[in-house]
Amino acid sequence: MSPVVELRNVHKRFGAQHVLKGVSLKVDKGEILAVIGQSGSGKSTALRCMDRLERVDAGEITVCGHSLHDSDMDLRQLRQDVGIVFQSYNLFPHLTVLGNVMLALRHVKKFSRARARDIADRALAQVGLEDKADAYPEQLSGGQQQRVAIARSLAMDPQLMLFDEVTSALDPQLTGEVLKVIEALAGNGMTMVLVTHEMAFAYRLASRVVFMHQGQVWEEGGSEILKQPKTRELQDFVGNGL
Amino acid sequence: MTYQFDFSSVLAYWPLFLDGAWTTIQMSFWATLAGFIIGVLCAVARTGGPRRLRQIVTVYVEVIRNTPLLIQSYFLIFGMASVGIRMPIMAGAVLALVINIGAYTCEIVRAGIESVHKGQREAGACLGLSPGQVYWYVILRPAIERVYPALASQYVLLMLVTSILSAVGANELFGASNQVQANTFRNFEVFIVLWVAYLALTALVRGAFWAVGQCVFVRRRKLGTPL
Amino acid sequence: MSSQQLTYLIEGAGGTLLLSVLTFIFAGLLGLAIALARVSAAAAVRRIAAAYIQVIQGTPLLVLMGVCYYGPNLAGMDSVPALFAATLALTIQSSAFFGEIWRGCIQSVAKSQWEAAECLGLGRLQRMVHVILPQALRIATPPTVGFMVQIVKNTSIASLVIGYAELSYNAKILNNSTFEPFLYFGLAAMLYFAICYPLSRWSRQLEGRLNVAGG
Repeated sequence: MSPVVELRNVHKRFGAQHVLKGVSLKVDKGEILAVIGQSGSGKSTALRCMDRLERVDAGEITVCGHSLHDSDMDLRQLRQDVGIVFQSYNLFPHLTVLGNVMLALRHVKKFSRARARDIADRALAQVGLEDKADAYPEQLSGGQQQRVAIARSLAMDPQLMLFDEVTSALDPQLTGEVLKVIEALAGNGMTMVLVTHEMAFAYRLASRVVFMHQGQVWEEGGSEILKQPKTRELQDFVGNGL
Repeated sequence: MTYQFDFSSVLAYWPLFLDGAWTTIQMSFWATLAGFIIGVLCAVARTGGPRRLRQIVTVYVEVIRNTPLLIQSYFLIFGMASVGIRMPIMAGAVLALVINIGAYTCEIVRAGIESVHKGQREAGACLGLSPGQVYWYVILRPAIERVYPALASQYVLLMLVTSILSAVGANELFGASNQVQANTFRNFEVFIVLWVAYLALTALVRGAFWAVGQCVFVRRRKLGTPL
Repeated sequence: MSSQQLTYLIEGAGGTLLLSVLTFIFAGLLGLAIALARVSAAAAVRRIAAAYIQVIQGTPLLVLMGVCYYGPNLAGMDSVPALFAATLALTIQSSAFFGEIWRGCIQSVAKSQWEAAECLGLGRLQRMVHVILPQALRIATPPTVGFMVQIVKNTSIASLVIGYAELSYNAKILNNSTFEPFLYFGLAAMLYFAICYPLSRWSRQLEGRLNVAGG
């Protein structure tokens, strides 16, 4: 069965900076890939390329059957097949929680209000926030906002979920509630790629781990590489984190 | 040397003042509506349109904002008359106001659009919304809500400057007062009456915008906080 | 168009500049007083200043011009020079706007600065002069320069009720006799633009620098 995500020798430059230097990796269905590394290692860029937020300069990316390196690919369909959650949640402040979750259901999937409401309610229940449907984002804590962001992406029934350092902006006591939701999603068989600093969480949850360093995949393997790193750079990195 | 105030002779012309005030309100209403639409379109063009279009809009905005409304009105009204375009004075006056306020609206709305974080656009796009949908649902709605107080102030100012259009023959409140001055020679009293009338109109227009804001911006009504 | 007519236009521009500069000076002084009144410790002073601003911001400049032109007659002045009336009206109007703008700038100087100055033992006036106003000045420069553009444009109103010979007045006179509106009003527009656009650019530049420097 073809992988959900496949990067083949991907290069990306931002001006003079060569951020991705020949990255290759694969994610199969149902797998949970954790991508770790220092700031500037290119891990967020690699993730953003998977949803075509950045366009690659060289190499090939295939996500959910779409060839992202082709300029005539169906971007809208890709974005429905892939859900992404950002570090700064990016909830729409002028809409209620329910409004946020229903927006794309109504205007992208063209569902009726009743059907969209139904799906939205279930998505919010999945993240434990069904009682906050009429609240506005500014009335919620960071952890709650991030869970709404997850529900918003989930409601679109994606084949793949991308998480870009989703707990980095949260107070420590709020990260737990978000990690619990992600763990539950994993339990349901969702294919995921997580860029994260939460080493303990990655160790527990990830089926595979990729360590990125200076724009390349430096070391990869199962989650045991976090406890027994082979390369010196990963040893340094994990020594600091875990 | 004491001046005898005589307001009664001026106030006897109250139907004239009322007519003029009503004309002022009508001019302001139509100019606000049309100016808002044009301003939003220009702001969208300036923040997301092709380069040629952006340049044209920029020239329009800069010319209007750096020249007085009076000269713009003279140029338009007397200019049109000189090439034989026959337009009713009111239409011409409102047109001059629309062209003027469109440029100011554009700048205010543009600031609002630029205040929407890039992350919002990304989130919208990543949900599958088309670029047009992102603009409408994610960018414009919060942008306009955010700059609504500035817009309301601008449109109150618009109502006040309709008085300038009396110079090209518009028969709004200030224009009507010229007649009263001619008949009574009580110039100072007329200006005092005008002053009070415009203060009342200002309160009216401010109240109207507040009410509209409460109706349209549900979030603001419920939470009371700025966006 | 003869050189005489062009000279007449340029003279008008001179009248515009004169009125603008006089307004800026007087409105600046009055506006500063109003801004300080708006942040005064005395509630009554604050409210009076706020009422002044509210009333003036709800008054068309044309009406103000009329009041300033015909008003002094009551005080016994026989004939009011046009420049005097125009400057008075523009000063009253601009001072209200300056007062609002500068009040905002004073208040936007971080509260922590106030507290730090207080803890150093400085009195209220000293705090204002040595700590708050210098910082407020930096923040205030872009919108103040921006409002100068408004003042220049507002001088055109002096051509109506008062009949002060500035650029719009002279352009209208020329058009009345020659019926060439595109020429004269077009030229007048260009002259206004030549004065206002550099000021607008400068204001934007200042604001850009302010944002970078982290005001």
